[in-house]
Amino acid sequence: MMLRAPRSEPPAPLDPDTTQSLAARLEAAGQVRLGRSLAICHVNSGSCNGCELELRALDNALYDLERFGLRFVESPRHADVLLVTGPLTRNLRSALEQAWDATPDPKWVVAVGDCAVDGGVFKGSYAVLGGTGLSIPVDLTISGCPPAPARILAGLRSLLEANA
Amino acid sequence: MTRTTDIIRTAEAELCRPWLRHMLSAADWAAFAGAAATESWTLLAQWADTVQVHALFLNSDALSIVPVSTPVDSGRYPALSPYFAGAAWYERMIRDLWGHSAEGGTDGRPWLDHGTWPLARPLASRPEPRTIADPLQLGELDDPSEAMILPIGPIWDRLGEPAHLRLTLDGPAIRQAEALLGFAHKGTLTLMRGKSPRAAARFAARLSADATVAHSVAFAQATEAAMDVVAPPRAAALRIVMAEVERIAAHLDTLTEIGRLADAPALRTLCGVLRENVLRASDAAFGHRLMMDCVIPSGVAADIADGGPQLVLRALGSIASQLDALRRLHDGAALSARLARLGRAGGKLAASLAVGGVVGRASGRAFDARTVFSSGYGKLTPRLAVRTGGDAAARQHLRLFEVEESIRLVSAALDSLPEGPVSMTLPQVSGEGIGCAESVRGDIWHWLRLDHGQIAAVFPRDPGWALWPLAERVLENATADDAALIRASFALPASGMDL
Repeated sequence: MMLRAPRSEPPAPLDPDTTQSLAARLEAAGQVRLGRSLAICHVNSGSCNGCELELRALDNALYDLERFGLRFVESPRHADVLLVTGPLTRNLRSALEQAWDATPDPKWVVAVGDCAVDGGVFKGSYAVLGGTGLSIPVDLTISGCPPAPARILAGLRSLLEANA
Repeated sequence: MTRTTDIIRTAEAELCRPWLRHMLSAADWAAFAGAAATESWTLLAQWADTVQVHALFLNSDALSIVPVSTPVDSGRYPALSPYFAGAAWYERMIRDLWGHSAEGGTDGRPWLDHGTWPLARPLASRPEPRTIADPLQLGELDDPSEAMILPIGPIWDRLGEPAHLRLTLDGPAIRQAEALLGFAHKGTLTLMRGKSPRAAARFAARLSADATVAHSVAFAQATEAAMDVVAPPRAAALRIVMAEVERIAAHLDTLTEIGRLADAPALRTLCGVLRENVLRASDAAFGHRLMMDCVIPSGVAADIADGGPQLVLRALGSIASQLDALRRLHDGAALSARLARLGRAGGKLAASLAVGGVVGRASGRAFDARTVFSSGYGKLTPRLAVRTGGDAAARQHLRLFEVEESIRLVSAALDSLPEGPVSMTLPQVSGEGIGCAESVRGDIWHWLRLDHGQIAAVFPRDPGWALWPLAERVLENATADDAALIRASFALPASGMDL
């Protein structure tokens, strides 16, 4: 009797339900593992520099913002998120609105610090309009004067989770 | 007897503690300015109230402070800018806020007022509702047809402050540089007016956050001078601790930023972590990472926490142990070559613009308010280092020197911390006073007038008033690619002078 080389058998038909559920799981995992990145453009709308000092701390090795897929970019044209600090001064209103117009959709606006939330201590001044929300729609507010870096980071990460 | 003292001697004077403010007629005011310029005096600040214009002079030889005033006559007063180039921006600010015009001034354009406020001359006795919006005005170009213009800002400089810089380029070289500020104008002076010093201190603390302690100390000292009281010894010592901790953190922040811009990742990482340790120690010891609102008129808001001194000293100890490593990183071939001759500020220019702090001292101006005018430092005798190079490398070396010196001052102040209360009750009195503090960028001066315990008029002078005009001139010899690094090396602020 001649020995025939073994041959692979023809495959059984795929179970369409399994395929579909696997594809869905892959897409979800990809979104979670690969799609978790937000480019943030900071816009100063008249801040005292306090919020900037704490935002700069996010860059240091202890908070290391970039490990979460969050990074600062220099232009609103490259941004997913506009991060606004400071009470909205009348002298910066048009700059903020131009930055918002220049940010591609979909976009989010985060108001960081008591001043950006509602004008803070500068409420009622002739030179200040109030919070960021008076000029552009705000998605997330992070209060504090200034908010500690850990708090800003928690806020930004929740934005990341919500959009993953 | 010199011409300046001659004019002062015959003038009437009002008490402006701890000095006398001399009232000069318009003719004497102009003559005094001319004489002061000839005798190499320095103009530290210029401001106004509803009826007078004031100027604060430093007699650089005698190291004495001379406040002078002149009445405003039908909206005008003689300009100081023909004698002191740095006065031009003050005069533009005075016109925008109070409506007084400087007669014979070198620049009559608006400064803080960008034409967006609902009223003009907000600090005048009767502000006017604005009828037409005036567009922003930038200066004339030398040769507009040939110029390539690079406009930068107000949204620029990653995580920085708003300012507009217009650079006129010839190839990569900057031919003309003009700064426009006022974007962060928040109407702070109006908000402070009519409040008690205790309530207004919150605004003084929010003029410029990396000098929040220094501004608060200058404001508190001005208040205490006006009331003729002195803060308790323990509060004075704690103010010094906070001011020096703030200086260390702010210098480390500048070093981090320069590490980022000059591609020195090791420096950036190390300084970033050391700064964070300092901020965490401040939080534990004083209750706020930046120590905002921790210094108040009458003393300090709260005593240092139990175990606070140890936490602060531990954070500073970790910096001290890394200082040699930081110096080695700095003197490495790449970074020292990048910073040498970069953004060189001439000594004469720095002195004529009254530039203080690291920038002034790196250009040979040996002035530090701590050694002369700030109370409490007496026994600690801060050491002053001066360089004459005037470039970014000289400024870096001074920053490292000052970090080391501030560590010594904090340890010494904590070692001999007097016992006792940290604040007191303030009397409801009238008076006028000037306070001063050396911030990370240079000397800060606060002037205020109290009317039965309420603020009638106030003006804070941020070091930015001197730094920006110098930066404009320095940029004019630089290349456009270096602009960001030069700005970081000057640590240019905005909010404090935007008021």
